[in-house]
Amino acid sequence: MAVLAHAEAGEIAARLRDLALDLALPAHQDLRAPENGLVMLRGRVGGDGAPFNLGEATVSRAAVRLASGEVGFGYTLGRNSEKARLIALCDALVQSPDFGAAIERDVIAPLREQLMIRRKQAAAETAATKVDFYTMVRGEG
Amino acid sequence: MYVAVKGGERAIENAHRLLAHKRRGDQSVAEVTLDQISEQLGLAVDRVMSEGSLYDRELAALAIKQARGDLIEAIFLVRAFRATLPRFGASEPVDTGAMRVQRRVSSTFKDIPGGQILGPTFDYTHRLLDPSLAQGFAPEAPATADASTAPTPRVTDILGRDGLIESSPQAEEGAGVGDLTREPLNFPAGRDLRLQNLARGDEGFLLAMGYSTQRGYGRNHPFAGEIRFGEVEVEFFAEDAGFAVPLGSIELTECQMVNQFKGSATEAPCFTRGYGLAFGQSERKTMSMALVDRALRGRELGEEVRAPAQDEEFVMSHSDNVQATGFVEHLKLPHYVDFQSELGLLRKLRKEFADAQTPDAMKEAAE
Repeated sequence: MAVLAHAEAGEIAARLRDLALDLALPAHQDLRAPENGLVMLRGRVGGDGAPFNLGEATVSRAAVRLASGEVGFGYTLGRNSEKARLIALCDALVQSPDFGAAIERDVIAPLREQLMIRRKQAAAETAATKVDFYTMVRGEG
Repeated sequence: MYVAVKGGERAIENAHRLLAHKRRGDQSVAEVTLDQISEQLGLAVDRVMSEGSLYDRELAALAIKQARGDLIEAIFLVRAFRATLPRFGASEPVDTGAMRVQRRVSSTFKDIPGGQILGPTFDYTHRLLDPSLAQGFAPEAPATADASTAPTPRVTDILGRDGLIESSPQAEEGAGVGDLTREPLNFPAGRDLRLQNLARGDEGFLLAMGYSTQRGYGRNHPFAGEIRFGEVEVEFFAEDAGFAVPLGSIELTECQMVNQFKGSATEAPCFTRGYGLAFGQSERKTMSMALVDRALRGRELGEEVRAPAQDEEFVMSHSDNVQATGFVEHLKLPHYVDFQSELGLLRKLRKEFADAQTPDAMKEAAE
């Protein structure tokens, strides 16, 4: 689910749409209508000590139930309620014996790959700014 | 006596219309978009998120646009917005040790495991205005290099292994986490409340307070043990799902300040710490925060508490720029009745003064 939280709503929707061309997705209903709210983000004193409240973030959440009974939950940073609903739908579908493998293969795996490419590129750009120290030889010989 | 207490509605309405017009500026110039603000004025967005105490880049960009670039006004707008949404709960504490580091420097050790990583920084620039930015400017693609998979442990963890630095205070069993947005502030305040207050505190105020400690008002001999900036994952324990769900990642800056020793007859001397953490790339803010956090620990560490930066009531009561601007700027609202009473009093005092100045001889003559 972490992959979906990192993806754009449009990307998830497009992949689900493509999947639905080959495979009729099951009927589903909102168990919790998508809504926006806040989560208080916490840090730790010194990075590893007691928790403290750093500040809030906007969060969207939703829950859906498939006609076959599987329940999925969607949570994501930001105010895009539709994205939360799409994540909830994927979460429900991934638990379904009929759709789980297809969701993993056609939705989550490609999005994971895109995420890894973006992270790899960022890591390579960061690595180029790493300092190589060298010692100057002073005097002669 | 009755006085007019209504009026000015049309003037106010027209003033707001004029403000909207001024905000847009010359309409032959392209309108700035939220994406442009978020992408090209990213550090302003980071500051508004930090001090507005709400992580949402798009909202912060909107606030900056609406406030015509007045960042304190933008922070005010963001704070007001956050009051309109319900709170689902609190996240699991983020793990800055697992940060995907984009910048990480230490001024205490040259050869830290994971290395000194400069990242996108103004440091080492010459601070000369660049005329090429005045026209369209397309930057070169960033250089790339093989990324190491070696971990980047916190410098304080390295020092901590040998006991050279105090360890971070751990939560007491069953202790809650103080939240100054929910409960009124009482003094003395715990470290959790102090850090929350500093995290949303005004950068300029914290900078001045931190600077004052360096100049001798509560000196504590700081070294920037480590400053890191990058992405951390956020998880939230969802009651309905019954497990911690990933929410995505946020950018944070963390500063570990290493300060001079404490020790006692029973404890070996070791370095002490000050801590700074803020949304986005906020290096000046987190460094200042860490200096002030350490200064505020003066009493706990048995130091003489005399300087403003060591006085938690002074620091915490004046750090919030929304509160501060509210009280300062309310002075421009009508105080006509207050002022009339002051004026009446002043006239009376002046009359008494004039009467006292008049020589008795004059009075007698007049009589």
